[in-house]
Amino acid sequence: MGVKSTASNNATIFCNSKRFFRKLKEQKYLYMMVIPGIIWMLIFNYIPMYGIIIAFKDYNIISSFFEAPWAGLKHFSDFFKDDWFPIIMKNTVGISLLKLVFGFPLPIIFALFLNEIRNSTFKRTVQTISYLPHFLSWVVLGGIMITWLSESGMINELLVNMGILDKPVAFLGEPKYFWWIATISDIWKGLGWNSIIYLAAISGVDVELYESAIVDGAGRFRRMWSITLPSISGTIAILFILAVSGLLNSNFDQILVLRNSLNASSSEVIDIFVYRMGIQSARFSYATAVGLFKSVIALMLLLLANWVTRKLTGKSLF
Amino acid sequence: MRRKFLARRTKGEVVFDIVNTIIMIVICFMMLYPVWYTLVNSLNDGTDAMLGGIYWWPRVFSLDSYKAVFADSKIFRAFGVSFFRTIIGTVVHVFFTSMVAYGLSKRYLMGRKYFMAMGTVTLFFSGGLIPTFLLYRSLGLLDRFVVYIIPAMFNFYNLLIFQAFFREIPDALEESAKIDGANDFYIFFKIIIPLSKPVLATIALFTGVYHWNDYFAGVIFINNPDLQPIQTFLYRVIAETTSVHMLQNMPAGIRTTSVTSHTIRLATMIVTTAPVICVYPFLQKYFVKGMLLGSIKG
Repeated sequence: MGVKSTASNNATIFCNSKRFFRKLKEQKYLYMMVIPGIIWMLIFNYIPMYGIIIAFKDYNIISSFFEAPWAGLKHFSDFFKDDWFPIIMKNTVGISLLKLVFGFPLPIIFALFLNEIRNSTFKRTVQTISYLPHFLSWVVLGGIMITWLSESGMINELLVNMGILDKPVAFLGEPKYFWWIATISDIWKGLGWNSIIYLAAISGVDVELYESAIVDGAGRFRRMWSITLPSISGTIAILFILAVSGLLNSNFDQILVLRNSLNASSSEVIDIFVYRMGIQSARFSYATAVGLFKSVIALMLLLLANWVTRKLTGKSLF
Repeated sequence: MRRKFLARRTKGEVVFDIVNTIIMIVICFMMLYPVWYTLVNSLNDGTDAMLGGIYWWPRVFSLDSYKAVFADSKIFRAFGVSFFRTIIGTVVHVFFTSMVAYGLSKRYLMGRKYFMAMGTVTLFFSGGLIPTFLLYRSLGLLDRFVVYIIPAMFNFYNLLIFQAFFREIPDALEESAKIDGANDFYIFFKIIIPLSKPVLATIALFTGVYHWNDYFAGVIFINNPDLQPIQTFLYRVIAETTSVHMLQNMPAGIRTTSVTSHTIRLATMIVTTAPVICVYPFLQKYFVKGMLLGSIKG
């Protein structure tokens, strides 16, 4: 560092550029490693970002991003006037809120209680088993759900045998169950996996805190509530910000498997709509506009959640 | 210290421990049972399985569904696509991303700040599905096997994980090699890579699971049925036929009384899942570490 500043003190532009090329030569192998990655990002991340302009154009399959005529905000106003608009907004936000309200705290609670298990072999075994669903694909999980929830499936068998239902119900054929099916299967898949970070945070809590609490006569719940939970609040805050910013990110992989024409009125979410309009109906500009609408709201939610969390807890992502 | 407290467990504590253990066992059961159910039903005679009621053990044991799965050339082919995609995709991703990460981990690299900023943007904003689709189309990636590999060969988030790990490696090792005249490629391959096995294993595992489980790319970017990975194949069999009663989708010739489309689906699900289930308990320590490495940065 010191060498650099004395060198630039009496540097002319000529010297600077010479130094630049000398450094470039020194670092040429590093550049040979880095540049392919930069080019990859330019192509696969930045060209699609540039491609967003077709949301403001009338793009058709023959022309390029450039040539297509401008259309202004037409596609956005079309979207807001679309009969599907209120339905997909309701479904997207509804499913995500359910997942947030139930799916966010459950891994924390699971981690808190798992932490109270004394036998470490048993604890590790529970952990390993609880990760399992995370490693199954949504196709397989969806396949299991569809099998179980069908009219001849296990759930109906049990409910009818127990006398709770008079006759079998096609759960995935009825819109009113879809949000819950999506939420429960999502929690099932993520419960163990999402608890990893919390468990790690808990293991970092100072043991002495617990010991003095025990001396003071604090019971298990008291210790969980007054020591463990506050100790991991920073982790919780950051994951909460990320969860809120993903509110419009309905899980495409999941919904695509579970949806069908019968439950469309409660399973049509933004991501699915973009896929149907863009890929299936080739309305590229329209679908891009819908996708952009989603990204912008997601970004705003991220900033908002970050701001609110910082105000409330003093902890934030950035 | 601890022992003393353990000895003084109150009655309430004991009750708490028992209830807690039971809750954990129930949770484990709920995590495992769906897979078990699928397994025992796929091992049952097809026609008999239609009657239902198989919860714990096959009633009429039969391996015919599995024979049918392995005899079906379409399924076999789809497995092949998944297999090659997972192997090639993982190797390419780990090699490429770690290499870029190593280059970018050098603080003295000119322009590093801008490159990092460029990558960070991609974590929070993307072009979305349609512009990406159109890009792949104009690059001629659609309906080609490489559409699984090239767009998935780099990921900035994984780059951050690699970087966090490379930073921990003492500089002295590299400097002494440099004095001996080794260039950066040599250092990377001969010194850094051998020292980075834990992080390489973690990212390889995540990437491998992603490739094996992904069906999205096969649905969106591939039309040619010969290039479908197994998950996409399964998706088409499972999801697209539910409302039409999911029958008649399996190729003819293997539909005998001992095999139904139902048990074939279940058997395919088991065969699809088996590699992941077999591998993951052994790699557990790696991915837990990897999650944490990622969370520090994330």
